[in-house]
Amino acid sequence: MTTETATPTPEPPEAGERPDKRPPFMVLFGRYLTEANSVMVTVYSLLLAFLIGAILLIVSDETVRGTWSYFFSRPTDALEASWQVVSNSYRALFEGAILNFNTIDRMAAGTAEIGDLLRPISQTLTYATPLIFTGLAVGLAFRAGLFNIGAQGQMIFGMIGALIVGFSLNLPAILHLPLAVLAGAVAGAAFGAVPGVLKATTGAHEVISSIMLNNIAGLFLVWAIGTSFMHSETRSELVTKPVEDSASLPLLLGFVDDGLRVNLALLIGVAAAVFVWWLLSKSTFGYRIRAVGFNEHASSTAGMNIGRTYVTTMSVAGGLAGLAGAALTLGVGSGGITTNTALEYGFDGITVALLGRANPGGIIAAALLFGALKAGALDAQPDVPVDMSTLLQATIVLFIAAPALVKAILRLRAPRGGLVTLEAKGW
Amino acid sequence: MRLELKGLTKKFGSFTADDDIDLTVEPGQIHAVLGENGAGKSTLMNMLYGILKPTSGEILIDDEPVAFSGPGDAIAAGIGMVHQHFKLVGPFSVADNVQLGREHTRGAGVLSARAARRAVLDVSEQYGLRLDPDAICEDLPVGVQQRVEIVKALSGPRTELLILDEPTAVLTPAEIGELLDIMRSLAEAGTSILFISHKLKEVQAVADTVTVIRRGKVVAELEPTASETEMASAMVGREVSLTVDKTPAEPGEPSLEISGLTVVGETGVKVLDGLDLTVRAGEIVGLAGVEGNGQTELARAVLGLIRPDAGTIAVDGRRVDRDSPAQRIERGLGYIPEDRARDGLINEFTVAENIVLNQYRDRPFAKGGVIDAAAIRRRAEESIAEFDIRTQGPAEPASSLSGGNQQKVVIAREFSRPRRLLVAAQPTRGVDVGATEFIHSRLVTERDTGTGVLLISSELDEIYALADRIAVIYNGRIVGEVGPDTPREVIGRLMVGAEPDGAETEAADSAAVADFDAESPAAPDTATTDDDANGGDRDH
Repeated sequence: MTTETATPTPEPPEAGERPDKRPPFMVLFGRYLTEANSVMVTVYSLLLAFLIGAILLIVSDETVRGTWSYFFSRPTDALEASWQVVSNSYRALFEGAILNFNTIDRMAAGTAEIGDLLRPISQTLTYATPLIFTGLAVGLAFRAGLFNIGAQGQMIFGMIGALIVGFSLNLPAILHLPLAVLAGAVAGAAFGAVPGVLKATTGAHEVISSIMLNNIAGLFLVWAIGTSFMHSETRSELVTKPVEDSASLPLLLGFVDDGLRVNLALLIGVAAAVFVWWLLSKSTFGYRIRAVGFNEHASSTAGMNIGRTYVTTMSVAGGLAGLAGAALTLGVGSGGITTNTALEYGFDGITVALLGRANPGGIIAAALLFGALKAGALDAQPDVPVDMSTLLQATIVLFIAAPALVKAILRLRAPRGGLVTLEAKGW
Repeated sequence: MRLELKGLTKKFGSFTADDDIDLTVEPGQIHAVLGENGAGKSTLMNMLYGILKPTSGEILIDDEPVAFSGPGDAIAAGIGMVHQHFKLVGPFSVADNVQLGREHTRGAGVLSARAARRAVLDVSEQYGLRLDPDAICEDLPVGVQQRVEIVKALSGPRTELLILDEPTAVLTPAEIGELLDIMRSLAEAGTSILFISHKLKEVQAVADTVTVIRRGKVVAELEPTASETEMASAMVGREVSLTVDKTPAEPGEPSLEISGLTVVGETGVKVLDGLDLTVRAGEIVGLAGVEGNGQTELARAVLGLIRPDAGTIAVDGRRVDRDSPAQRIERGLGYIPEDRARDGLINEFTVAENIVLNQYRDRPFAKGGVIDAAAIRRRAEESIAEFDIRTQGPAEPASSLSGGNQQKVVIAREFSRPRRLLVAAQPTRGVDVGATEFIHSRLVTERDTGTGVLLISSELDEIYALADRIAVIYNGRIVGEVGPDTPREVIGRLMVGAEPDGAETEAADSAAVADFDAESPAAPDTATTDDDANGGDRDH
């Protein structure tokens, strides 16, 4: 689906003898920077998105708008105010997501602890964790030429599966937790298999069926929470029974400060990414996924069973999304789940997979970026509009999806082999 | 129009695609440019049509130097081009496609359907190109679609030179015959034609002059009367033998037995109708026939991609009807698909990955579900050496290879594992002369090691060169099995469903068959509609 060119060479592929002496490294590097290859398009997409975000921050701030009305008499006012609002906002985002400089000062003064310093990072990682899973769920299916819009629904079923095992069994943690996580994966896999089976047997397009299944899953959750089996015994609002402590995901930084919410699911997510990478590049199953994704006709001619590949790929993808659900359910502490627990992690997984170009490493990086945007935007309220993170995400993906646009805006050179666009087959 | 190229050169970085090309097309002349894949033909045409800028050299039209900055300039100068891959809007009518980009209006942007139809009819009348301006392009057979392209090219403000880039690659033999007739009459009417091809027979049939290009250089100017061997040798740069050396076959036990095979197509028509065919070990059976008479379905049914509605298939004396394609492949069925780009290769995969495409799960390439990349690489390196695949290495993507070398990858895949039966469909389609020679000799070697070979080809030359026995398919049935020395006329008549000795077939038909391998106006209806249905499938 993606082809990448590592080093720019001007010759077409058929060039027989190429000159022995290569240009110096800095020249090659410079060429690389000004070329619309997939890495630089990603970098420039981020920069452009933050630039557009800055413009919108300026335009949406009433005071700043006021200073622009007399720009020609005192331009410094407008420029200064604009700079202030943009730098303050982005600084607030950064401080909410990565490192708050005030905390360092407060630590020096003895009013803050190391836990306060780590809180932004912990928040970023916490928000990134489900995105890693859903990003992988979309990305893996992508490699088989399937557009898995259904990560949201698969995740919801993962939540339900993990929850039921989490509150109904009474086991030691060493058994209970893995079992609950597994239940999430299995429930997600089962739900993920449905669009795969529909496509394999009836040819129904997975995009349509998985969108519909998302709705089914969302409404099923609302109903399920209300049933006496799942509904909280102590609370009247729509919330389920809490997960037993033995099935809760342990906090990674609990020893520093038990307010740091990042938990074991992050490591499971990284392991899942490694697993997906291994699956795609080292296993026969991954070979089949890629073959079918690139050219199903040649794959079936070579004896591969296309329908079965669709079903198994969608199951594994659903299982990954189910793990996102398990991470949310088993990580919330004692609360139980509500209709809001799922948020939009499944849909965000689509943009994460796009930004990560369906590569496990890229998906982790993209999930961290989106997690940081989310953590930063939530923390920076009310100084920064909360929609800022969504807006930046959307703009980034818009540019990523339109490399020709980035190339045209920045007048980059065309890379050898053409622009890289990520697309699902069958559209 | 008189077109002259002087020292035309195009460099991509340090690679010279075209080097100092001189060429002159006289008015009303058909000038063939002959060359293997990658010789620089397409680059040359793209410079002529304004798509690429020459590095040096000049283009003269009627002795005036011209410089094109885009196809628009070329069209304005009177050059029309028919691309190898059509550029038509499928759901549009013929008239709408022809006026695309220069729409007929009644002023103020209101389209005039009548003027558009009129324009199409004018051009088709003027040049004798029958076309229905209201037909929807995607419903038309490939040959007619090409006619739309030609009419489109001729509808320019004053088209006097037509470039045809490999125009016969996608056509059935019947359509090829028609196209060559069209070319002749266009030239008679004064249009100059630049005809890019690597098919020698066609060049001999229509060209007035032949320029041979090899590795970007003009290596020979030939008369069309030059022999095929002469042309082929000039193209390849060495002596080429167009005949295949082989000893008489020693047929053994049947390795493929098909009886009563019936496949009903989507439209309810029987595409295979009780077909019986036996291929023995150690013989090559050539399946001759006009394309679209069930060859594609037969090959796919033998592999197991189509479930037959009736009949049985046995490989090596064992029924395989219930086996999946994977099981049949494992049992020793080799398969060279007719559509390489669609069914044969995964472009994005490396050469190595493609070579093991149907064995990736077998030892030593995988153990316990884990790929052994080193073993795959070793096999690829062996195959690259054995089959002389020209590539920079096993890790190069298959898309970087020329057509002939891509086909060698497919061949290497099938020939590097034990097999009892080989189904080779159009094994040399789109493959240049050098690679064709190689593939033919491998097929004979294959036969000599005791494999049964079913050769499906629409080129009678290929059948004659290789087959020990010739079966003729017509309307999904084998209508005759004859020896390899049977005259072309007899097979030609069988191919169009006539009695082998029948007198009702017109002389013109056998002439067309003799020239272009297969056709008469009797069959094209079934042929073209089937072709079309297949074409439609590909898009899903």
